[in-house]
Amino acid sequence: MWSMTPGRGYRVQNGGEPAVVNQAVSGIPEANPAVNSAAVRQSTRPDGLQLSLTGAWKIGAAPTFQAFATTEATAVFIDTDGVTEWDSSLVNFALQAHLHAQAHQYHLALALPDGAQALLTLALSVPAQKQPAASMSKLAQLQHALSPIRISEHLGREIQDLLAFIGGLLAAFVQTLRGKARIRMADVLRFGYQAGPNALPIIGLTSLLVGMILGYLGAVQLQEFGAGIYVANLVTVGMLREMGALMTAVIMAGRTGAAYAAQLGTMQVNEEVDAIEILGISPMQFLVLPRVLGVVLMLPLLVIYANVLGIFGGAIVAIGLGITPLQYVTQASSSLGIDHIGVGVFKGLVFAILIGIAGCRAGMASARNSEGVGRATTSAVVTGLVYLIVADAAINIICQTLDI
Amino acid sequence: MPSDITGQPADVTAPTHDAHKTATDMDTAPTCDGKKSAIIEARNLTLAYGDRVILKDLNFDVARGDIFVIMGGSGCGKSTLLRNLLGLEKPTQGTVSFNGENWQSASTEARRNMRINWGVTFQQGGLISAMTLAQNLSLPLELYTTLSVSERAEMVALKLALVGLAGFEDYYPAEISGGMRKRAALARAIMLDPSLLFFDEPSAGLDPLSSRRLDELIVSLAENLGATVVMVTHELESIFAIATQAIYLDNVTRTLMDRGSPAQLRDHSEHAVIRQFLTRGATPKTDEEP
Repeated sequence: MWSMTPGRGYRVQNGGEPAVVNQAVSGIPEANPAVNSAAVRQSTRPDGLQLSLTGAWKIGAAPTFQAFATTEATAVFIDTDGVTEWDSSLVNFALQAHLHAQAHQYHLALALPDGAQALLTLALSVPAQKQPAASMSKLAQLQHALSPIRISEHLGREIQDLLAFIGGLLAAFVQTLRGKARIRMADVLRFGYQAGPNALPIIGLTSLLVGMILGYLGAVQLQEFGAGIYVANLVTVGMLREMGALMTAVIMAGRTGAAYAAQLGTMQVNEEVDAIEILGISPMQFLVLPRVLGVVLMLPLLVIYANVLGIFGGAIVAIGLGITPLQYVTQASSSLGIDHIGVGVFKGLVFAILIGIAGCRAGMASARNSEGVGRATTSAVVTGLVYLIVADAAINIICQTLDI
Repeated sequence: MPSDITGQPADVTAPTHDAHKTATDMDTAPTCDGKKSAIIEARNLTLAYGDRVILKDLNFDVARGDIFVIMGGSGCGKSTLLRNLLGLEKPTQGTVSFNGENWQSASTEARRNMRINWGVTFQQGGLISAMTLAQNLSLPLELYTTLSVSERAEMVALKLALVGLAGFEDYYPAEISGGMRKRAALARAIMLDPSLLFFDEPSAGLDPLSSRRLDELIVSLAENLGATVVMVTHELESIFAIATQAIYLDNVTRTLMDRGSPAQLRDHSEHAVIRQFLTRGATPKTDEEP
């Protein structure tokens, strides 16, 4: 009689109750290869190949079918009369034999214990999902993925999707200006509040430190030429034109852009975006535009705030170097120009649009599962930072060309 | 005493919709081939993600007034079909028409007009999490009616009361249970008294009692609003309790395998897999597979 106790060994008994042998350790039955180990005796018979299985068939101590696979025999007969114990390894042997016989179209006669036969039937009850044939090796697949054509195709699709998203956003904005869009001002204010006032502490701290870093960096070099007083100019111009806007935008990309991606991605998972679309509301107007407007309204203001704190941070360093506060303020004022302030604020505006687009686009394109939301959040930050750097470089080149 | 399709005494409090007639009654229910006209016509629908075909060559009609169930095993493409019917995804080929109007070739305005007549509840409910129930329910009214704020509030209160959520106006979706969220989503779906209601797994994740109550609510609302219901589910109790017509999607052949009333399919389908599905895997009466 054959019996089966999950997680334990199985054993043949002559008409008696099943006995459990070899108590499982860590879910894998212990094998005792010295006594009665699993074996396959191979012999030929007039009508094919005979495989006689004997011994205790235990996971980790049983032969695999591949060692006996043959395409020369027209029939294979497998008997298990000599099997004393068995577990999944026997069923696996039988399954591999079945699949091999099916693939090479020869006759297979299997005489399995009842329990093993039942498990084999269960394993074969649902046809295997047909996998697309791997037409290329892994190396070839890698080469294909990294080929210039493939990369340019991917890049082309990305640019196309990005332009479509920007077009949709612009259309929604124009419709809002014409009073035809469904946008909730309460949402704009809420997202603006989240992006602006809530970010003041972190922006303040980082800007102060960036100002100090700029101050130290300049002081070391400038003092060598006896021009330490120009630390004020360096910090002021550096913060106003570059670091105030860039550092604020970097923080906002990680904070607000990621939050937008996570919010919209979660809404995709919860089918909220579908529900909004079914209600006849444009998700671009209802979900994306308020978020983008929120960050666009706040980022330029945050840039001004960051500039002030950055210049103050520079002052702390300058005072430490023996420059009086009055000297610092006088020197800093001399380098304050509307063009510097304007460039920084303009950068802030552009960066805000890019952060909003990167975050919202990633969220709207998120897959409908938790992994998808995670990927969307990462994508929002990474693409946001790339957009920022590219845009910053482009604006600097344009300013240089226009002598601003 | 009349008995229901499971052979148990019928619940006297059950809704009186056609769907709650006996199996014999359902067998004689008119189909869109008979007296009823089709509100949805799907023709040669093939749905795929890239090279992966989800469903192919689907042809079916949904008759006006029916409670039409799309059923099948896990992963057979039920929800994908629903998303295609709702226009949230584009079929690879084929067409879907609503009241004779082809969705695929309809203008944006025409699609919008069609959608006004729909109410949809998604598997997750689809309530906007940042808005209270009142705000969620008000949305369709704000969009498509000229009701004043107070009139909208009254309508919201009415619909919430209809689904047993009176007084929950100021709650956020996260503050109520899963069953209540489903009912709130149903309330939003019926805000404009739609002629077509779509449900994606309405009973999923609910306890048996809540599930039964939701079924009764759906039937009651559909009957009283005169709406046609299209529902995706694999809950046998729901299928037998409320469906008048059903189609079975097969996840091996990726086709529509059979259609009919649930009782017809259970007792007379020529496909053993359908009979097994509708008897929870019990041995079907006839075993031969055509």
